[in-house]
Amino acid sequence: MSDNQNDKQEGSSRACGCAQVDIDKRNFLISTSAIGALGCAATAVPFVASMTPSERAKAAGAPVEVDVSKLKPGEKTTAEWRGQPVWVIRRTDEMLAKLAAHNDQLSDPDLEVPQQPEYCKNKVRAIKPEYAVMLGTCTHLGCSPNESFAVTADWDGGFVCPCHGSKFDLSGRVFKGSPAPTNLVIPPHTYLSETVILIGEDAKESA
Amino acid sequence: MNKYLSQLTSWVDERFPLTSNIKAHLTEYYAPKNFNFWYFFGSLALLVLVLQIVTGVFLTMHYKPDADMAFASVEYIMRDVPWGWLIRYMHSTGASMFFVVVYLHMFRGLLYGSYRNPRELIWLFGMGIFLALMGEAFFGYLLPWGQMSYWGAQVITSLFGTVPFIGPDIAEWLRGDYLTSDATLNRFFAFHVIALPLVLLGLVAAHIIALHEVGSNNPDGVEIKKHKDKATGIPLDGIPFHPYYTVKDIVGVVVFLMVFSVIVFFAPEFGGYFLEANNFVPANPLQTPAHIAPTWYFTPYYSILRAVPPIGISQFPGVVAMGLSVVAFAFLPWLDRSPVKSIRYKGNLYKGWLAAFVVSFFVLGYLGTVPANIWGTFDKSVRFFGGLDYAALVARIFTVVYFLFFILMPWYTKKDKTKPVPERVTG
Repeated sequence: MSDNQNDKQEGSSRACGCAQVDIDKRNFLISTSAIGALGCAATAVPFVASMTPSERAKAAGAPVEVDVSKLKPGEKTTAEWRGQPVWVIRRTDEMLAKLAAHNDQLSDPDLEVPQQPEYCKNKVRAIKPEYAVMLGTCTHLGCSPNESFAVTADWDGGFVCPCHGSKFDLSGRVFKGSPAPTNLVIPPHTYLSETVILIGEDAKESA
Repeated sequence: MNKYLSQLTSWVDERFPLTSNIKAHLTEYYAPKNFNFWYFFGSLALLVLVLQIVTGVFLTMHYKPDADMAFASVEYIMRDVPWGWLIRYMHSTGASMFFVVVYLHMFRGLLYGSYRNPRELIWLFGMGIFLALMGEAFFGYLLPWGQMSYWGAQVITSLFGTVPFIGPDIAEWLRGDYLTSDATLNRFFAFHVIALPLVLLGLVAAHIIALHEVGSNNPDGVEIKKHKDKATGIPLDGIPFHPYYTVKDIVGVVVFLMVFSVIVFFAPEFGGYFLEANNFVPANPLQTPAHIAPTWYFTPYYSILRAVPPIGISQFPGVVAMGLSVVAFAFLPWLDRSPVKSIRYKGNLYKGWLAAFVVSFFVLGYLGTVPANIWGTFDKSVRFFGGLDYAALVARIFTVVYFLFFILMPWYTKKDKTKPVPERVTG
């Protein structure tokens, strides 16, 4: 009975809102709210993660083989890797000879920007000079450039992007004045035999 | 009969604020009596929203959000579903008309200073609606899975890839794959039909609640609540929204539906501006169309994206400029320092800048629909501009004008010679 009265008095003194703050209760409320907020944030993780590429999408991104034995000199073939076009161009000696001639017109002739694996950072941007391998998506906004191999007085042959007019040479190096900031990407690749290229994986031993 | 009706009404009113809401928002919501042509577009935007939701629900009954089936299911709607072509064309035309109506609605705000104190929050909710609408249009455009759908989405998701350091991961997360694919289509469908419409409806409610809290602006930009009838407390220059403006808006609706029907029945593709020719070709990830352009309502911002040159190897500055060109409108309530709201009492300085802005909006809008080299290119021998497309230079000039309209606004609205504002509306 007397306990009950005590409780009531304490309750009314608190209701006036000025005197005693129950520090323990406040700390309890703050800590439980904080833990609750953490719990809510943690719940967001599976939802955000559910939007990343699924196991199926990852499996579909596995390496692909390209057989270039039937590719004629001066021709291009397109393979699909991770849904993106991968070009393999069999370059003729004339094509290769012209590559060095327009270095002064390129944004990055010496391949400073790492748009290629280390083993392709050379004059011809390739493992074997004859075969150029590159992703056929423009480094501007991801369109697929069209081939323009016909040589004219001021064009050594290469690729022109239909979206915003970026120009690339036959090594996928971008010409100055293009909206594309960098050379085309060379995907990791390796030769399984003389004429079979595996795209999407570095050579196991040599890389 | 009347007795039973009033009994029913009071039965409802005791349980739900029906009559009081009808009064507060319709029969006793006092709007300025001097609304003109420009005041049709708010209610028309609401009408188009309803049209889009209704046609959208019926399209969802036949559409398949699957990369292998989407294109065919849209053609199925067009050819085999009874009246499917009509519902689809209403929805696609509705998307463009939504932007027509919303742009005119926003321009009304620019003309009469509707964003000024105390209507800043109405304007910000409106900006939210505008952004959600752009999202709706973008996500919806992927669904037919045509070439332009596909490559448009590829370009826009790539924009996120330009963010320094975390960009490529964000783009991959948005697409749910290494490139735009079935996973992307499926989630864009979810955004388009449920996530964004919910956001849109919430924002529209907030927009209208905020409007009815402070009351409508008017072509004179004077507050009608300053002069109230002493006995009734009703603004002297106000008239009840219903019946006066409901009747006026119905006239607007009829004219709008006539224009809408002409487009739906005679020019649903609108010469390639509402539905692009390339979108009647199924999406092909290995072949980019010769010319990619967004639908017309995005082209001014797209032009700005193209106009800003990369810094070093980063496209990010252009993307930031494009984002700013859209978000800039949100700052208007704080940029406009003019002592008057309405263009009727603003001076030639403001009128000149507004005209320059409108011209740059249209020029950029046009340039965004055409290839960058449409007018040719500066000869390589020209200093500074060698190799630059003529159109790119024009786009850069008008991009600067576009941003100066906002950046200089605090200065020129203060310096402007304004006219005296009347106490009461002038009709």
